[in-house]
Amino acid sequence: MRRFALIAVPYLWLLFLFLVPFLIVFKISLSDLALAIPPYAPTFKDGIAEMLRQFDFENFVFLTVDDLYWKAYLSSLQIAFFSTLITLMVGYPMAYGMARAPEEWRATLMMLVILPFWTSFLIRVYAWIGILSNDGFLNQLLMWIGLINEPLTILNTNIAVYIGIVYTYLPFMILPIYAALDRLDESLNEAAEDLGCSRMQAFWLVTIPLSKNGIIAGCFLVFIPALGEFVIPSLLGGSGTLMIGKILFEEFFNNRDWPVASAVAVVLLLILIIPIVLFQRNQQRQAEAEQ
Amino acid sequence: MSQTVFAPWADPDQKPLIRFENVTKKFGEFVAIDDLSLDIYEQEFFALLGPSGCGKTTMMRMLAGFENPTSGRMLLAGQDIAGVPPNKRAVNMMFQSYALFPHLSIWDNIAFGLRRDNKPKDEINARVEEMLKLTRLEKFARRKPHQISGGQRQRVALARSLAKAPKLLLLDEPMGALDKKLRQDTQFELMDIQETTGTTFVIVTHDQEEAMTVASRVAVMDEGRIIQVATPADIYEAPNSIYVADFIGDVNLFNGTTSPEGDDRYAVHWAEGHPPLIATSAQPFSDGQSSHFAIRPEKIAISTERPTETANVLQGKVLDIAYLGNISTYHVALPSGQIIKAQTANTRRISRRAITWEDPVWLSWNATAGVLLDR
Repeated sequence: MRRFALIAVPYLWLLFLFLVPFLIVFKISLSDLALAIPPYAPTFKDGIAEMLRQFDFENFVFLTVDDLYWKAYLSSLQIAFFSTLITLMVGYPMAYGMARAPEEWRATLMMLVILPFWTSFLIRVYAWIGILSNDGFLNQLLMWIGLINEPLTILNTNIAVYIGIVYTYLPFMILPIYAALDRLDESLNEAAEDLGCSRMQAFWLVTIPLSKNGIIAGCFLVFIPALGEFVIPSLLGGSGTLMIGKILFEEFFNNRDWPVASAVAVVLLLILIIPIVLFQRNQQRQAEAEQ
Repeated sequence: MSQTVFAPWADPDQKPLIRFENVTKKFGEFVAIDDLSLDIYEQEFFALLGPSGCGKTTMMRMLAGFENPTSGRMLLAGQDIAGVPPNKRAVNMMFQSYALFPHLSIWDNIAFGLRRDNKPKDEINARVEEMLKLTRLEKFARRKPHQISGGQRQRVALARSLAKAPKLLLLDEPMGALDKKLRQDTQFELMDIQETTGTTFVIVTHDQEEAMTVASRVAVMDEGRIIQVATPADIYEAPNSIYVADFIGDVNLFNGTTSPEGDDRYAVHWAEGHPPLIATSAQPFSDGQSSHFAIRPEKIAISTERPTETANVLQGKVLDIAYLGNISTYHVALPSGQIIKAQTANTRRISRRAITWEDPVWLSWNATAGVLLDR
């Protein structure tokens, strides 16, 4: 009985904070746009039988008709994929450096990685506008050095979105990789060298496979939120930046088309379920391996 | 009938496999190895023995190539190996933590080094099977390291380091993680494997019993220096210093001054009012030279009646008896206050033991039973 009570807590939590909101969104996605409050019909006021009769998948069909939506999904997947890759490229060496740093430095380095979280995420993204704009710090610095004559257009392009995502999600990549590398016994690398590996080979054959779980965890922790990211593309991206989070926001607040916006959200969730399930399985396997 | 004794160190024509020439290793200001010279011969089972921090691990890491000497030369089969990286040396190491790759199966762990040499597949397979057989691990080939016991892991580590048939195998505290019973079995197994493969083994250990059991020669180290290199028997019976005598086994020490008595015999005057101890020594001592007489507890006879034939006889009172089952160690207080340990085999049942606490007893030994040390 006690065990049941213990398990019930997270399940109730998930039920009220995830399943119920999801069902509400799903219900809205099946309804039609209406000039009313709330701006869709039918609602519970029409009676459940009448409501169920009027439900249809029109909005989902609409998503496939208008190519804006699937292009936005694809573009989001692409941006999320490449920014995850870049974050890995940047984050792995940092995590490696931290794990190999002298013991007394590690706490400080860890602190530096977490430090940005102490400031609002929104303010940090705004700060990037100041850095990346045409007369921003970056362009001024590059012109002062003499590397460029004309300011580079970075802000309001996909490059700015990549920079923003990599910057924002870097700690989520570093921390799990660091945790994996920190546990790695240095003598394993020595053993690999002793058995005939060069340093580079030892890295590929021992360090990378043994930090694999950290890499996978880090990649999912970056990829999943990046896919639905709204703030970064809307602040740093331009009109050409297509991301599904941005579309969702526009449908909801600019067009006030709640049913289509809900359909977009439901499809996004379905896309996200695949990596989330994969991530969960990886975590589970890791937990089993450690037993 | 003459038996050839394995003693290449006694043969001046033999070339050493490893030669340390005035090797010094410093870490910052700390001197880990202090001007050390040493020869190790082919097929030897050489033990580096010493307390932690004596530099034995540093010596091993220098042989493996993880550290380079600050000065001096290290030769492997006549070649200077300073600066040669670990992956280019015909030396393999068995790590104290075993350092088995947790993501690879036992089979792949053993094949790891062979694969790096780009050997043909059949050759690798044959060699891995041979190693599995040598270490009796055939049944576990497909398992991962965390799925086997500590003793099996130890054998995997050994098989992996032997797979490439190195000229020299380094073993860093190879039995440190095993319990006592398993350790004793493993020691003999290790000796068998060393004999079968004919590989030169250098073992680092702080366990003197282990060093004595497995090694052909033992180097006793302290503070980056080698105090004595000799066979286990010589280390035990003829230590060259108090440090070695005290580090290996139990010893009773008498400090005094010597006076020669002729025929390599010396009298050691060790306490006022006591007759001097008579000892023989091949090493000459001058009259009045301060010296230390060392004698092992098992070389001292203990009796209730005064023996007449032996050269040295002391009287005392039994203070304590340490009963170890097969042997007993008697702690005997002399009138001078010094406590002497004497050991006897328990050939009789304990209820029939003649000596008990507080008994006055006689301790005796021959002139040749102990050694005279000058340091």
